[in-house]
Amino acid sequence: MFYRENGQFKTSYRADQQIFAIAQDRWAILVLIAFAALGVPFLADEYLFRAILIPFLILSLAALGVNILVGYCGQISLGSGAFMAVGAYMAYNTYIRVEGMPLIVALLSGGFFATLVGMFFGIPSLRVKGLYLAVATLAAQFFCDWAFLRVGWFTNNNASGSVSVSNLSVLGWNIDTPLQKYWFCLGFLVVFGLLAKNLVRSAIGREWMAIRDMDVAAAVIGIRPVYAKLSAFAVSAFIVGVAGALWGFVHLGAWEPAAFSIDRSFQLLFMVIIGGMGSIMGSFFGAAFIVVLPIFLNQFLPALGALAGVEISTATVAHAEAMIFGALIVWFLIVEPHGLAKLWSIGKQKLRLWPFPH
Amino acid sequence: MKLRQLALATAVAAAGLSSALLPSVATAQAKDQFFPVLVYRTGAYAPNGVPWANGYVDYLKLTNARGGVNGVKISYEECETGYATDRGVECYERLKGKGATVIQPLATGITFALTEKAPNDKIPLITAGYGRSESQDGGVFKWNFPIAGTYWIAGDIIIQDIAKKNGGFDKLKGKHIALVYHDSPFGKEAIPILQERANTHGFKLSLLPVTAPGVEQKSTWLQIRQQRPDYVINWGWGVMNSTLLKEAQATGYPRDKIYGVWWAGAEPDVKDVGEGAKGYNAITMQHGAEPNAAFVKEIMEKVHAKGQGTGPKDEVGSVLYVRGAMSAMFAVEGMRRAQERFGKGKLITGEQMRWGLENLDLPQAKLDALGFKGVMRPISTSCQDHVGSAWGRIHTWNGSKWEFTSDWYQADEMIIKPMVKAAADKYAAEKKLTRRSAADCQS
Repeated sequence: MFYRENGQFKTSYRADQQIFAIAQDRWAILVLIAFAALGVPFLADEYLFRAILIPFLILSLAALGVNILVGYCGQISLGSGAFMAVGAYMAYNTYIRVEGMPLIVALLSGGFFATLVGMFFGIPSLRVKGLYLAVATLAAQFFCDWAFLRVGWFTNNNASGSVSVSNLSVLGWNIDTPLQKYWFCLGFLVVFGLLAKNLVRSAIGREWMAIRDMDVAAAVIGIRPVYAKLSAFAVSAFIVGVAGALWGFVHLGAWEPAAFSIDRSFQLLFMVIIGGMGSIMGSFFGAAFIVVLPIFLNQFLPALGALAGVEISTATVAHAEAMIFGALIVWFLIVEPHGLAKLWSIGKQKLRLWPFPH
Repeated sequence: MKLRQLALATAVAAAGLSSALLPSVATAQAKDQFFPVLVYRTGAYAPNGVPWANGYVDYLKLTNARGGVNGVKISYEECETGYATDRGVECYERLKGKGATVIQPLATGITFALTEKAPNDKIPLITAGYGRSESQDGGVFKWNFPIAGTYWIAGDIIIQDIAKKNGGFDKLKGKHIALVYHDSPFGKEAIPILQERANTHGFKLSLLPVTAPGVEQKSTWLQIRQQRPDYVINWGWGVMNSTLLKEAQATGYPRDKIYGVWWAGAEPDVKDVGEGAKGYNAITMQHGAEPNAAFVKEIMEKVHAKGQGTGPKDEVGSVLYVRGAMSAMFAVEGMRRAQERFGKGKLITGEQMRWGLENLDLPQAKLDALGFKGVMRPISTSCQDHVGSAWGRIHTWNGSKWEFTSDWYQADEMIIKPMVKAAADKYAAEKKLTRRSAADCQS
């Protein structure tokens, strides 16, 4: 009734090919972005910004990058944590080694080096597929863990191997307060989200999807697997690298290789699988699920216990959190193997038929 | 379909409940001084994290049972970090919002991350015995307090004990010491001081990193078997320690030639190995297992006897339990000191707490009154020195319990001071900070 595209006629190819073909969608997304940029600052407190929203934005960006590789191009990667680490450490090195380096250029250079590393570790994808590729990309993870722990140059020869940055500013605009950090991350996310959405709609995105769906058939119709696979690795690693740099610079402030361990790689892969493979929207759902849910459970369970008059110990909460979280992952995968994004699109579909969905 | 509706209903109810409940929890604490407690009761390092947390919380309970600090009661809330930096940061943000005025991160990674955040939030960090060693320099690290010891102090004392056993520093020449360390910022903290000492005394130092969490040490011990170092220093933690001792047993390396850092010198580290760990030494940052200390007895009497104890009774007084209690004591005494200046019986702010910690003065009489007689030495911090006491002892596992086997050692200021200053200056240069002025020290 409210959500129907009846009467919205397209009179040009341009109008037909826009990202959101339905006017309601277009408005909804604009309102959402406007709300995120202008409305949220009035509603959120510091805790919400620094502990939930900023990590959510940065990991959404990372999940977006992983989704391009895993969801769109079908190349399973367990090296995403490594690409994040490369982004963070190389951004750090460009930032401190070059006098007067602008922050954004440093962050992007982190992405650039992640691209190089991503393409290098993407080379095995030309010969191996599926699980075997996942194992091959694990090499990236172990190699980067090793390099950042052992090679002193990367950490500016800090005795402890931990690096830190502070006093960030862009063109005289200081990024200190949680709100400024939030806006900064949101800006990156919007730009990269738009970029990614357009990439996957373009010729190159279609090549990735063709490779994903059947690489032999794709090769037969003239898609070069080398080019398609490596470009997916490059784009993915670039976005993941920038996300890693943001994670280090904006969220943590000081980090060590453990911040980008194998756990992070798994986390990103889970985000993509739970959120929805091959869906930009899914990256956001997945990130929200993985970032917010454990924190929510962690605070909600003691409160629930207090309501029932039971004091739940910290350890019990932590265990229960892991159990409920795990159970929910299984539940979502059984109910909707295509991820939360699919649930979302089913919801939209039903809304179009409302009030009589079938 | 039914399942889905059920799930939806649960989710809605959960959201509603949490929004109704969370604020009420926060407002209940308005009149007490709020202490956040970052712990890891789960995960790979839980065996060491649990006794620490129990000691910390029990001491806060004891302080309340003693009538608070000049009448101000202490409220606290635990937050589980699982030793992960990002969860630690989340915990920090969560508890900061509830009025935290001092925070103890209990993990090197979290300490590094919070070192960047604390100055902006004006919340002092206590890292009693851990954290970054150069934060001893209060001139640069205004908000960090590694009270009663850093890793450099620990490393220095271990070398002093080895020298003493060999009959003097000159006997160290030509000796070979291997450092087996947890490959993380925590483990690497030991390297600079040992290298400095190696250069001074002419012993050979081999660095043998062990990948976290440290269960895989076969190649490390192969190297040790080949090179036969005279001493092994274990900068390990959690499961790495018991693995190391088992490997030493299997290799036939004498356990009395192994020294552990204080994270590797508690009951959970050696219990599994039992007799096999007999003779294993560890540095203590002042205290060991103290089941007979006055404050431990007081906790048994005033907290555990009333059924309010945290954790099992038989762990009260164990090494890490005492560590937790001592860390809590520093925070409580910092608060008391701040009250002396800013108003007794009042709630204090983070900035006032910082002043209290920077001017912490615990002479022997005061420690005795607090029940810490024989547990530790007097502590006196200042603007330049945030450690306050650079002393330590060595204790040795006799197969069933830890026993002190050395006298007190003081870390060599002549060696550590310049190192701390150089490292702090490097940090300041990287961050474009200037040293605090004399006027700032007075404030």
